Amino acid sequence: MRARYACQSQDHSANRRRFLGALSGGLMTGGLHCLTRGATAADLKARDMRVVVFNMHGGLSQLESWDPKPGTKTGGPTRAIPTSVPGIHISELLPYTAQQMHHLCLMRGVNTSEDDHGKGAYLMLTGRRQTPAADYPQIGAVAAKTLSDEAKGLPGHILITPGGGGGRGNEAAYLGPKYSSIALGGDKPPQNSVKPEGISDEAEVRRHAFRRKVNDQFLSRQRSAITDAFTFSYEQAIRLMERRDVFDLSKEPAADLERYGNNDFGRQCLLARRMLENGVSFVQVFHSNYDTHNENFNFHIEQLGEFDKPFACLISDLAQRGLLDQTLVVVLSEFGRTPNINLYYGRDHWSRAWTVCLAGAKVVRGAAFGATNTEGTEVTEGQVDHGQLFHTYLQAVGVDSSQSLFVDGREVPIADPAVGPIWKVLS
Amino acid sequence: MDFKQAYVAQDWSYERPLLACRISPDGQQAVTSSEDFSLQRWNLATGEKIVIQGHKSWVHAIQFTKDGSQLISGGCDGKLIWWPIVDSEPKPSRTVEAHAGWIRAIALSADGTQLASVGNDLTVRLWDVASGAKLLEWAGHEKHIYSVMFHPDGQHLLTGDLVGKIHLWNIASKQIARSFDAKPLHTLEAGQRVDFGGVRGLALTADGTQLIAGGLHKATNPLGAVHEPLVLRFNFADGQLLKSHVCDGIPGGVVWRLSCLPDGTVMAVCGGSSGGFLIFFGGDSEKDIHRFQLPALARDMDWHVPTERVATVHHDQHLRITNLFLKTG
Repeated sequence: MRARYACQSQDHSANRRRFLGALSGGLMTGGLHCLTRGATAADLKARDMRVVVFNMHGGLSQLESWDPKPGTKTGGPTRAIPTSVPGIHISELLPYTAQQMHHLCLMRGVNTSEDDHGKGAYLMLTGRRQTPAADYPQIGAVAAKTLSDEAKGLPGHILITPGGGGGRGNEAAYLGPKYSSIALGGDKPPQNSVKPEGISDEAEVRRHAFRRKVNDQFLSRQRSAITDAFTFSYEQAIRLMERRDVFDLSKEPAADLERYGNNDFGRQCLLARRMLENGVSFVQVFHSNYDTHNENFNFHIEQLGEFDKPFACLISDLAQRGLLDQTLVVVLSEFGRTPNINLYYGRDHWSRAWTVCLAGAKVVRGAAFGATNTEGTEVTEGQVDHGQLFHTYLQAVGVDSSQSLFVDGREVPIADPAVGPIWKVLS
Repeated sequence: MDFKQAYVAQDWSYERPLLACRISPDGQQAVTSSEDFSLQRWNLATGEKIVIQGHKSWVHAIQFTKDGSQLISGGCDGKLIWWPIVDSEPKPSRTVEAHAGWIRAIALSADGTQLASVGNDLTVRLWDVASGAKLLEWAGHEKHIYSVMFHPDGQHLLTGDLVGKIHLWNIASKQIARSFDAKPLHTLEAGQRVDFGGVRGLALTADGTQLIAGGLHKATNPLGAVHEPLVLRFNFADGQLLKSHVCDGIPGGVVWRLSCLPDGTVMAVCGGSSGGFLIFFGGDSEKDIHRFQLPALARDMDWHVPTERVATVHHDQHLRITNLFLKTG
């Protein structure tokens, strides 16, 4: 994902460097040779659980979304509106989402104490702080490993980004490139997923047979995590081409497209629904950009005006189709935004008191957990951090977050062992 | 008047950042709005103020009635409120649920009988000032409407939006009589994927031959407030762009409001990371002919013709009155 932050952060320029580093790290740690303990993975896959993450890129303002403070010094012009759950109010900028509140669970006491874009994104997606000593897999890679059923022939880790950037980075860390993401550009199917017209079906079969034969010869002498990943990616690509229809939005009813809003984000949400229905285990949809140091209110009106209806439609559809019980929905950012309104009508980075929205799977419905003070500057109850949230995501889809993976015989906890899940929001 | 001799004559502070301001027709009072949702009425002779409450959100639009007896405010709560502003403690005399979402601008017709309002619901609405009744309504733009003004003929209305479209409306037919392309005032930055800019201010020259539109350009980083102020000058008769007035050396600046002075000079109030300015443009040069630096970042202004004074409101919570003539005594 290539995005421009208002504060000119350089953190996201390091993806390729991290990827290369990960490849070498994968060699040292054994990459694909890590195994889960016992039969838990098979059990989970049988349950057919899924995760969809909405990444509100740049840092969504909690005050303009999930935790408005109308009429206070920090509230700005944003008003609060009632929701489908009596007593829970959210921002007036989310009127459609407010009607789905009975499916949602607001985590209003998030304190991650990290105001840097890159580091904030890392900890929110991996559940751990970034350190030079170790790299950890993102939730998408963990979900792909623990939830994905390879027999379905679909990638387990999909990113939907506005321009198709990102993907195949180091999201999988020691899990290996097999669990890295495939990025879709907006609502388009994966690139190069159509067989060239000049190649017949017979020729296609023969050339793959030849490739496999040469591969096997090479692998018999020199096999590594990287060669396994290469082999896997070719085979995955073939299966993906066979199931390309899963990514074909034109197969969705026109009425649904109209309902979601025939715009970029509406189409992306509908595509996410299609993929989840077809068994893709993890989808991350980026919505950009919320890094509103300037004119925060104008930009949030604009951005949330685009987000609200498609998101609400997706929640409603998942619920109506019986999929919400099997699908964890997470709306996160790298951090929230300052309660203080700066002189440009902007809000800056603020990680000490902000909100993550959850829905579905084993997450309790129609709840607001935690609270901030009157002006939204501090958490007053139910404080949680990225590590606890990461545990909670996994537990919500039935993954025992206290378990470890074994990487070349070394035990690596799947989530930060210093913290645990937020049991109060899990049913 | 000699704007090159401008000086801040009065400087009063409130307890929260200010948003918008207007001077009463008799020049005795000013009304401002603040981030705490309130309005403040200021006695311009003494600086004495009273705070009046009624809106449930910020107020960006304020207008005195022609006789100065009432004030009409338009809020981000979508409400229009009428205030008997000369009362010792003004209370709302009428509240109208006028728009869905923010009201961004209101304007009074030259004869004082009608009020126009625009906002984020993309509609233009016309109100009877005396009764508060809605007279007309029409869908005006495809993006948020930022500015509105009546043409002095009373038959036409001008509106400007986020993406730099300016329409001249025939009020009776609710049809576009002419459009002006102010696209340079809009930026869609591909990386950040946000619309930014818009027609923040509109004005007509005294002879009615030129339309002036203000805002910002060079928005290389909209979310980070990297942009520069820009004023466009159009030939009113055919919509042709005559001049693009730029302001070198004011990074982060945006023009919030415009006025045309009697001598034909265009005055703009500008605020941003470089501070606050009153900037003056002549018809012959693309660059400003004079700029007066205000003590802090400005957010709005009002020009009172008879007294040659300008009210400005600032993020530093101050209302300032600047005289556009030589300081004496």
